[in-house]
Amino acid sequence: MFVACAKTLRTHSTKFSAFIRLESTLVIAEHNNEILAPITQVTLSAAKKIGGDITVLVAGTKCKPAAEALCKANGINKVLIAENDAFKGFTPESLTPLIIETHKQFNFSHIIAGASAFGKALLPRVAAKLDVSPVSDIINIKSSDTFVRTIYAGNALQTIKVKDGIKVITVRGTAFEQLPLDGGNISTELAPAGDYKSNLVEFVKQELSKSDRPELTSAKVVVSGGRGLKSGENFKLLYALADKLNAAVGASRAAVDAGFVPNDLQVGQTGKIVAPDLYIAVGISGAIQHLAGMKDSKTIVAINKDPEAPIFQVADYGLVADLFKVVPELTEKL
Amino acid sequence: MARVLVGVKRVIDYAVKIRVKPDKTGVVTDGVKHSMNPFDEIAIEEAVRMKEKKLAQEVIAISCGPAQAQETLRTALAMGADRGIHVEISGSEYETLQPIHVSKILAKLAKDEKADLIIVGKQAIDDDCNQTAQMTAGLLDWPAGTFCSKIEHGQGELMITREIDGGLEVIKVKTPAVLSADLRLNEPRYATLPNIMKAKKKPIKKLTPKELNVDTTPRIEIISVEDPPVRQAGSIVPDVDTLVEKLKASGHV
Repeated sequence: MFVACAKTLRTHSTKFSAFIRLESTLVIAEHNNEILAPITQVTLSAAKKIGGDITVLVAGTKCKPAAEALCKANGINKVLIAENDAFKGFTPESLTPLIIETHKQFNFSHIIAGASAFGKALLPRVAAKLDVSPVSDIINIKSSDTFVRTIYAGNALQTIKVKDGIKVITVRGTAFEQLPLDGGNISTELAPAGDYKSNLVEFVKQELSKSDRPELTSAKVVVSGGRGLKSGENFKLLYALADKLNAAVGASRAAVDAGFVPNDLQVGQTGKIVAPDLYIAVGISGAIQHLAGMKDSKTIVAINKDPEAPIFQVADYGLVADLFKVVPELTEKL
Repeated sequence: MARVLVGVKRVIDYAVKIRVKPDKTGVVTDGVKHSMNPFDEIAIEEAVRMKEKKLAQEVIAISCGPAQAQETLRTALAMGADRGIHVEISGSEYETLQPIHVSKILAKLAKDEKADLIIVGKQAIDDDCNQTAQMTAGLLDWPAGTFCSKIEHGQGELMITREIDGGLEVIKVKTPAVLSADLRLNEPRYATLPNIMKAKKKPIKKLTPKELNVDTTPRIEIISVEDPPVRQAGSIVPDVDTLVEKLKASGHV
């Protein structure tokens, strides 16, 4: 309550006081030339919480779909487009000079992006060019310069105050609501032109895992498997359960390392961070590193035959049983 | 043949359950088991394999931190690094040391040592920042190959497979370059006793940030470090029927 009041006060005071600089945030949109990544909408919510003007930069070889979606978002002041073959593969080496040029023109107080593989690879390079210390993966915004993030695999919350003039920040995708893409109607503008092609790096190809299931980081329900599944073949049990629940499928590091599933399904400190309404952990012991990626889920269900497994310490409902028996039974009864 | 710099960080061992200090200034580190950041072990392993394939001429391990950082360097030397550089930073200066400072140190050393490649872990498991490789590359204007799961060596370039959100991505980067190691890049070796003994004789050069002209003034102030909210204890259900009932009652299915 106090924070909300203080914030209102501050927002109002900026209108009258020349001493307080008006915040202006540049959000780096993430998209794949076809659709806007949902984490961008989360980042926009964080930008709104910071307050002040919001500019979104869409760079790529084809910006129209993402830019059109963004123009409909409520509360965005500007959508800048940089459509250029130089941005093939969204390489940080080509995007960084574009962001620096854009910053030179508009002088932002904050430059933010989602803490996805894209944002994590890009923003620290931008920060280095600006000679500022970036802030990774924030989960809360206390004021325009004070942020909360987790350290030690989510086992401690660190509140930090950034002293640098420009705040370069990545935002945890599960920590803020997605800003709806409606209620707004603005037109796009062009980002500063330049020769952004980098000869240091060349995008070769992507091999993306194809799946009809919801995307892991934004799914309402996630079913995850661990070493207890014993083989990749046995993951079929989880896919059947996931299909029944319209859930995404995740995995522990053990399951990925054993080759049961591809690495992009890994949930944990060094994989994806998820916070679905329902997380079902099957055959996962619950190591610190795994818990880091899922313990903010609303409801956690654990199925494990070992009653001592640490996963039961965070589970709302635990079932001590052989997964090969109870998972098919659960699938059938749902 | 390339000269490879590898950044290694001494962190609280990954298996330790950390404790937050009662005065909320940080986590308890005294008397707690420390070891090399797991991603850095992977980085060292990759560099040593380059040397074994005669792709690298020399592997230099670098660590920034208090006196104990030398133990981490010795581990790197025992795994096969040729020599170490210890950039000594301790006390309050170390507590506020950030990736931006480490990146500046690495960038300076890369020039001084005429390095062709810098490999670091993708993130340290204590601060979980995931910034150092990207920033070092930015400072040097070198390309970055982040979150590498495979590195193939070509003439003046590297073909890199990166772990990204939806799967894998392949990029080609020109050397010199900065790489960050993901978990699946390799399986780090154990240091054998004879190698640990040999590592004791390998040289470690000591430097300070001042000697490298790097300003370590903190850019970020730590206001507090606290425990995360504790989850309410759950219940063990006897069978699948009860579980389904509970999930239905709570509106999840």
